[in-house]
Amino acid sequence: MGESPLSRRTFLSAAAITGLSAPILSACGTSGPGGAKGGAKTLQAWVLVDQAQNRVQNTAVDDFNKSATGSKVKLLPISSDGAVYADKLRVSMGSPTPPDLLFNWGSGSIRNYVQAGGLMDLSDKLAADTAWKNSFLPSVLDAGKIDGKYYGIPMRGMQPVVLFYNKSLFAEQGQKPPATYDDLLKLVDFFKGKKIQPFALGGLDQWPSLMWLEYLVERSGGPSVFENIAAGKPGAWRDPAVTAALQQIRDLVGRGAFGTNFNSVNYVNDGAGLLFAKGKAAMHLMGTWEVSNQVDRHRSFAQKDLGFAPFPSVAGGKGDPNAVVGNPTNYFSITTKSGDKDAAVAFLKKEMAAPAYVDALIKTGDVPAVTGLESRLAASPQPDFARYVYQLVQKAPSFTLSWDQALMPQFKTPLLSNLQKVFAGKQSPEQFVAAMESVK
Amino acid sequence: MTAALPVARRRGVRAAEKGTDRAARPGVLWVLPATLFFMLFAGLPLVLVAVLSFTSWNGLGTPAFNGFDNWTRMASDPSVLQSLRISAVLTVLSWAVQTPLALLLGVWAAGRQRNRAVLSSLFFLPLLMSTAAIAITWLTLLDPNFGLAAKFGPSIGFPDGNIIGSSRGALGCIIVVVSWQFVPFHTLLYQAAARQIPKSLYDAATVDGAGRVRQFRHVTLPQLRNTIVTSSVLMLVGSLTYFETVLILTGGGPGGATNILPQHMYMTAFRDYQMGYASVIALALVALGTTLSMLIVRFSGFAKMRSTLEGI
Repeated sequence: MGESPLSRRTFLSAAAITGLSAPILSACGTSGPGGAKGGAKTLQAWVLVDQAQNRVQNTAVDDFNKSATGSKVKLLPISSDGAVYADKLRVSMGSPTPPDLLFNWGSGSIRNYVQAGGLMDLSDKLAADTAWKNSFLPSVLDAGKIDGKYYGIPMRGMQPVVLFYNKSLFAEQGQKPPATYDDLLKLVDFFKGKKIQPFALGGLDQWPSLMWLEYLVERSGGPSVFENIAAGKPGAWRDPAVTAALQQIRDLVGRGAFGTNFNSVNYVNDGAGLLFAKGKAAMHLMGTWEVSNQVDRHRSFAQKDLGFAPFPSVAGGKGDPNAVVGNPTNYFSITTKSGDKDAAVAFLKKEMAAPAYVDALIKTGDVPAVTGLESRLAASPQPDFARYVYQLVQKAPSFTLSWDQALMPQFKTPLLSNLQKVFAGKQSPEQFVAAMESVK
Repeated sequence: MTAALPVARRRGVRAAEKGTDRAARPGVLWVLPATLFFMLFAGLPLVLVAVLSFTSWNGLGTPAFNGFDNWTRMASDPSVLQSLRISAVLTVLSWAVQTPLALLLGVWAAGRQRNRAVLSSLFFLPLLMSTAAIAITWLTLLDPNFGLAAKFGPSIGFPDGNIIGSSRGALGCIIVVVSWQFVPFHTLLYQAAARQIPKSLYDAATVDGAGRVRQFRHVTLPQLRNTIVTSSVLMLVGSLTYFETVLILTGGGPGGATNILPQHMYMTAFRDYQMGYASVIALALVALGTTLSMLIVRFSGFAKMRSTLEGI
């Protein structure tokens, strides 16, 4: 007597696991290029959900569809969360019906797809149309290369990481933004003495901390250090520049550069941004999206007090002080399984450098990776900042993509987790290097 | 003779129940839709995961069989052991926090006074909110500079409000948030069960001179035995699936301090794209959940399904 308890318990556990994958798998249902009969298809273009951006993208899509005689493009905003977007894209790319066009971050975010033969090589198309190719900033277009071939066309603004500072606070205290790392250390001690947190840092979200490592490694060792790491060269993490940068981070944390509770501060819910906007932190190392973030959330601060400067040089470092790190831009790539690749190429050719699209992007505050924009950037809501970013990238000899985007996926979690331990003082630079070397 | 009588009566009751069972249910046909649903959405995926656990697959192309590689890897993977340890701590602590709270609240709410009805429905509210919304709300509350953490942190041993950013504090946050969310559900179970307890038992206890505390210990608690087992199984197995809360609140951080096994599985599958290895972890979770609930059922005597109303 008494039913066997096994079936129900197994069900509970199994349901837990299948329940987990269900929302992700459900994405495949919508991903097929819903084709009409004959040659004309509806091309699906997957993008990140972003109201301002989606509006601009839709204008480009409408413009293309108006004059298109064959296939039309349909914009599908998938998710506002980059990680969720990447998950859904992954599942869809593994299915027989991936999207036709896909928004991506270049490099590590699409390398697997390229290896699996899922993305179209655009090198020939770019070579055949030099006017089209030359309409993009070369350093940004090249940052989208994989194994020497182009797989992506820049489709939105450039997002280097810059050093933001509170102009009024600096003026009040008679300080200048740091030109060298020694200046930066002096500023840390100065503001700490004034009971102002030197830097805001959203350590809870992990990736803001990574920006420090990226810049410090770049300044100490130049771009080749990370190129070797990204290429998977054995012992690449053991480069002295990595250890030196981690040591600098330990030193900064020890001096109180980020306060003591930075690992509880989030970035995405405005924890770090508010700290900075309220004048409780003097500086903030962040991507250029911080500007639109501050304009949205703390308008008067953004208009009056938000200053920006390049990351300081490090004495004796091998890196060029003009080099930048961050997200060069986002790209559109075309899948090999697309029902009408020519139409997809035609869409990118016609729209991605089109004046209407570029101007619309500029109006949202973006700085597109398109050549010859100097005069048109006046239309930006933050024209000074837009010109600054444009000239920063033009001047930069290299633009290193954020490591968590550039590395192969299996490195991302250990990288962020181990770095968080270094910031929390629970791991030495040597342990960090050993831990990263052991990731396969 | 006196002892034989209840046994005979019990048998009689069982036989009668069986009889009505046969009359009311047409058998296999009724089970069919549920069975099909279960096989399609639970059975089949489970089998597929088992197959995947013997492959190396990054989510693209065809999975390649690699024998027992994933299994041997798990046996020597310190991060899995670490996740297992954190999961165990979380499971035990969240059970220990939720059970007394839900039990006391449920018994209290079982009273018929009107204010209890109003308050109970307020207590029930967290259960109606989505896990993601709850986690994001708590994230704002836990901000060490502007949230409640800044105010209350110093009085609970976190002078700078660095609760969610410290290893112990982060685990504590997960337990608090999960409890806040799920205590109402278990309260509901206890409330319903407590209302089923016959009043005659309390009357008898009162006649025997038992006060409220003794009534609770010697009448209410024994009567709620089956509910305690049910609720505990749900809590323990459920705690093996707390995943959204961890993902949104801490992302497994700081430095892996809240990287529970389901979170580890998710990260392995959908961040590292090692589907084969993630499947091994998934199967370990299934085994763990099954074993855990079977053990509870076994040692609590729940499988014998003895009614708490016998002899009344």
